[in-house]
Amino acid sequence: MLNDITIGQYFPAKSVIHRMDARIKILLLIAVLVMTFVASNAASMGLMIILVMTAIILSRVPLKIYFRTIKKIWLLILLTAVLNILYVDGEVIFAWGVLEITKEGIIRSVYMAIRIILLIISSAALTYTTSPTQLTDGIERLLRPLSLIGLGGAVHTMAMMMTLALRFIPTLMEETDKIMSAQKARGADLESGGFMQRIKALIPIFVPLLVSSFRRAVELADAMECRCYTGGSGRTHLNNPKAGARDLAASVIVVVVIAAVITFNITLDGIIWF
Amino acid sequence: MDNIIEIKDVSFRYSSEEESGDYVIKNLSLTIEKGSFTAVLGHNGSGKSTLAKLINGLIKPESGSVEVLGMSTSDEDKETEIRRNVGLVFQNPDNQLVATIVEEDVAFGPENLGMPPEEIRRRVDDALKRVDMYDYRSHAPHKLSGGQKQRVAIAGIIAMEPQCIVLDEPTAMLDPKGRDEVMDAIISLNKNSGITIVLITHFMDEAVRAGRVVVMDNGGIIMDDTPRKVFSNVSELKSIGLDVPQATELAFRMNGMGYEMPRDILTKEEFIKAFMEKYA
Repeated sequence: MLNDITIGQYFPAKSVIHRMDARIKILLLIAVLVMTFVASNAASMGLMIILVMTAIILSRVPLKIYFRTIKKIWLLILLTAVLNILYVDGEVIFAWGVLEITKEGIIRSVYMAIRIILLIISSAALTYTTSPTQLTDGIERLLRPLSLIGLGGAVHTMAMMMTLALRFIPTLMEETDKIMSAQKARGADLESGGFMQRIKALIPIFVPLLVSSFRRAVELADAMECRCYTGGSGRTHLNNPKAGARDLAASVIVVVVIAAVITFNITLDGIIWF
Repeated sequence: MDNIIEIKDVSFRYSSEEESGDYVIKNLSLTIEKGSFTAVLGHNGSGKSTLAKLINGLIKPESGSVEVLGMSTSDEDKETEIRRNVGLVFQNPDNQLVATIVEEDVAFGPENLGMPPEEIRRRVDDALKRVDMYDYRSHAPHKLSGGQKQRVAIAGIIAMEPQCIVLDEPTAMLDPKGRDEVMDAIISLNKNSGITIVLITHFMDEAVRAGRVVVMDNGGIIMDDTPRKVFSNVSELKSIGLDVPQATELAFRMNGMGYEMPRDILTKEEFIKAFMEKYA
């Protein structure tokens, strides 16, 4: 159960998307996320679907992995869809007591479901094709203008903390598993009892985990010092991504799609926010 | 030969021990020759890990001096220069790896030194090949075995192209297979790349493979000789809580029971040879 978490999971491959500059990928993702919410009719939403599908096919990450990501949040998608059906006024097609289902409600809930799915798979496409180090490097470089107001050191520190956190998630998971087994072997009961009782049962898990995390942190700090780490200044990078032709091409495509989505929105039915 | 490390009359204690006045390291002097392979033995609390940290300036001596390539570790300006020349590998590989991809982890040292990307790439590939982990360069460290992780950690140090590597019980948390992999990598670095090795260990069979064995007890050095000479002092080693290699132990016990055997046997093969000569 603990190995199931896919935060920052990276699938090494040599696709066009993998080789893009992380900064461009992050910016384009933000643009796509905004545009899925701007798209408000079939033509513009269809365009967004094509755009995201193209990206995930080009990423060369197996489609079933994207599918698995969606499967994990199907309940959220369903819930959002149901709430949208019930809360939109308009042409009633079915009524039962105070509950009314409207045509607009159904359309809107379909749109919302599509939006959430696009949101999840396009974000997943970023983390699947970008290693955590590249991702944090990308964020660090995007936030570089902050050093103009004296926050340069803080930006690097935050990025390093993110890298280390991602690095240690699997290690600490494994350790939690081990401690849980050790406590169970000594007769700890983690599965029965009321809510409070279960919370209390977790204390003997978290105390050793916390202690060992501190010990790891001290050793890690020593090891980093031994490898000449002195903070962000003067560091270089193994993969120094320079935005190249493929980044330009991707940006142009996204900009064209954005323009098309806005045009469709205005010309086909005015600005209607579904 | 030139000395790469010169430790002169060093004493050290952690701040928590200042009141009791117990020193972890007491008036210790040691020189390490360039290109040599030295094993440091000692039971828990003998001060051997502290010695490792003193060598590359993670901690500074309270009195005496530690010099690496003529630079004092107490000189703050020389800190980076010392650390790129004397790498330190720790016991737990999990706590030394900083990145989520093998090659990005190995690149950490050269990145900190501000090398250009092409040079980092060359060093990363070279370091991974030398520990035989090149095929795993795009793997996630947490999916590797203990021995593989430790070899990645060693590659991370080699990528800084140090002249000397100090390893603090690098095999203590590994299974026998991982231990062999790491020992082979260490020995190849010493023989083929001429890197000076200081191996801190409590496995006697590893110490046997070094050219020189230093035995520590109570913060000082009590023996310093070739493995053959050191391990012939069986009873003395046992009195400070250390073992000897199994073959040495067996020969020692046979002598005690009245069967004469040479006292400087180190390996299984040597034992069999001597036994066949005398008793077959």
